[in-house]
Amino acid sequence: MTRGATLVEKVIARAAGLPGVTPGQLVVAKVDLAFAHDSSGARRWKPILDALGVGVWDPDKVALVNDHYAPAADAETAGFLKLTRDFAREQGIENLFDMVGISHLVLPDAGLIRPGAFIAGGDSHTPMAGAFGAYAAGYGATDMAAIVATGETWLSVPSTIRIEWSGAFAPFVVAKDVMLHLTREVGMDNGFRAVEFAGDAVEAMSMHARMVLCNMAAELGAETGVVAPDAVTFNYLARVGRPVENESAARALASDPDAVFERVWRFRAEDLGPQIAAPHSPGNTGPVGDYSGVRIDQAYIGACMGAKVDDLRMAAEVLRGRKVAPGVRLLIAPASRETFETASREGVLSDLITAGALMMPSGCGACAGYGGGVLADGEICISSTNRNFKGRMGSGEAQVYLGSPYSVAAAAVAGSIVDPRLLMTQGAR
Amino acid sequence: MGRAFVFGDNIDTDLLAPGHAMKLEPREMARFCLEAVDPQFASVVRRGDIVVAGANFGMGSSREQAAISLKLLGVAAVFAQSFARIFYRNAINIGLPALVLPEAGEIAAGDEIGFDLEQGRADNRTQGRAYAFQALPPHLLAVIRDGGLTEHLKRRFNGTRA
Ligand code: SF4
Repeated sequence: MTRGATLVEKVIARAAGLPGVTPGQLVVAKVDLAFAHDSSGARRWKPILDALGVGVWDPDKVALVNDHYAPAADAETAGFLKLTRDFAREQGIENLFDMVGISHLVLPDAGLIRPGAFIAGGDSHTPMAGAFGAYAAGYGATDMAAIVATGETWLSVPSTIRIEWSGAFAPFVVAKDVMLHLTREVGMDNGFRAVEFAGDAVEAMSMHARMVLCNMAAELGAETGVVAPDAVTFNYLARVGRPVENESAARALASDPDAVFERVWRFRAEDLGPQIAAPHSPGNTGPVGDYSGVRIDQAYIGACMGAKVDDLRMAAEVLRGRKVAPGVRLLIAPASRETFETASREGVLSDLITAGALMMPSGCGACAGYGGGVLADGEICISSTNRNFKGRMGSGEAQVYLGSPYSVAAAAVAGSIVDPRLLMTQGAR
Repeated sequence: MGRAFVFGDNIDTDLLAPGHAMKLEPREMARFCLEAVDPQFASVVRRGDIVVAGANFGMGSSREQAAISLKLLGVAAVFAQSFARIFYRNAINIGLPALVLPEAGEIAAGDEIGFDLEQGRADNRTQGRAYAFQALPPHLLAVIRDGGLTEHLKRRFNGTRA
């Protein structure tokens, strides 16, 4: 090979047992980790595996998470959760995360997401794991059943788009604003492409912020989002008790200087302000000022990428000493049990509750309209989640706006969408 | 031969398989397919009809029910200018041809469309036009011919165990 390789090409080549790969090449890759949740996993795999007369290829490389219907609201969905537990037991799958949080956060927090891994997830936001320098793509149920039966899958090697952010973000401007901006600028139709996030502004981000970038690579339509592993990655994995053994090998995953990108986008961090996506698409985005004054019924802080501990801290920063506006309900579903615990220990939880927030169980909740907190006809919600498709969060006649945790908390206090920077300089209301 | 049902860009999986119907049995769930954009669709579409759309068809979640609902309603193929990756794989895996057709925008609602998967050719009988689309690679054609990935794998596993 004369050309350098991108991070994604390096991971795929290793998983395919090839010295190198080029975009468009059809390869078969060995999967290092396969996971799914209560809606997409055992419930859908079991009939297929039974029909094939096989079990999972390697129980140690499979993880199951009960998050979508957790906690169950009726007997039927309680059955999906039970089925997951029974399946894990039958198949000898030890990595069962039963109602302790959302897959995309609990798996990295268990140290299961490793730099350089080829990860297949039964969920479209699987790319969140790419924040650790893994190739992580979402698959449907039959694809996943085939993967857990065989340990491998075919793919056409994606081309890589590189998105660089330089400089420093202004106060109250965060990774969520970056992604809402990119869904408009880069667009949502990037199927069969990988997105690599880079630049000093990305290097300065915490793992949680990088996870937001890679999670919402799904909203760009990309098959995975990646950030090259560095000291921030290594520190995170060390903190969760699963340190990276060979840091220099992990660093070598970074795209080569002569790697070929389909396109390179460059943005300046200081130019970005808080962004809002209007109904019914994450790409229907503009500066928060364009929507200020839109009255809301509900503010929702939830989801894998929108209710991590840093997101709750942002909300608490806004809500401390303030109250949720009369007639508005603020619902907060921390992304994992551990998030709840940390927020409690730090006093963040009491800030949220004192301001008037209703705390919801850790799980997907209202994000995909599966759990509590969905909307009625004609209601308007601002949400820290990643998608606002028509009908996703309850009624097809509801309107969902997307914003950062700062913007959501600020709207909850004001009763309408407002620039969080304005609210914070005006003092308590 | 089937009638074309025409949709725009960015038809997402929440439109194809709404969250509120996700716990239903597949046949029940299919009744809600695309209801938010065309409330009549699920009741008037017939076996052999074709769905035609613009860019990024099937964007959104990994839920296979999005493709399964179309298949259960009898849709013979989806022609779109481009597809979201997971939907594309799901459609093929359940035996629903997902075909990239740059000229999809020329097809009008109700046009009679015939197509040949192996040759990569579609005929618009109503407008008297023919279109070429990129045929699927042989291993994916084999999946569709076997009736989906599960059937395809059954052959593989039964073959290796026999
Ligand atoms: S929180 Fe929302 S986006 Fe995340 S996995 Fe659950 S349903 Fe999907």
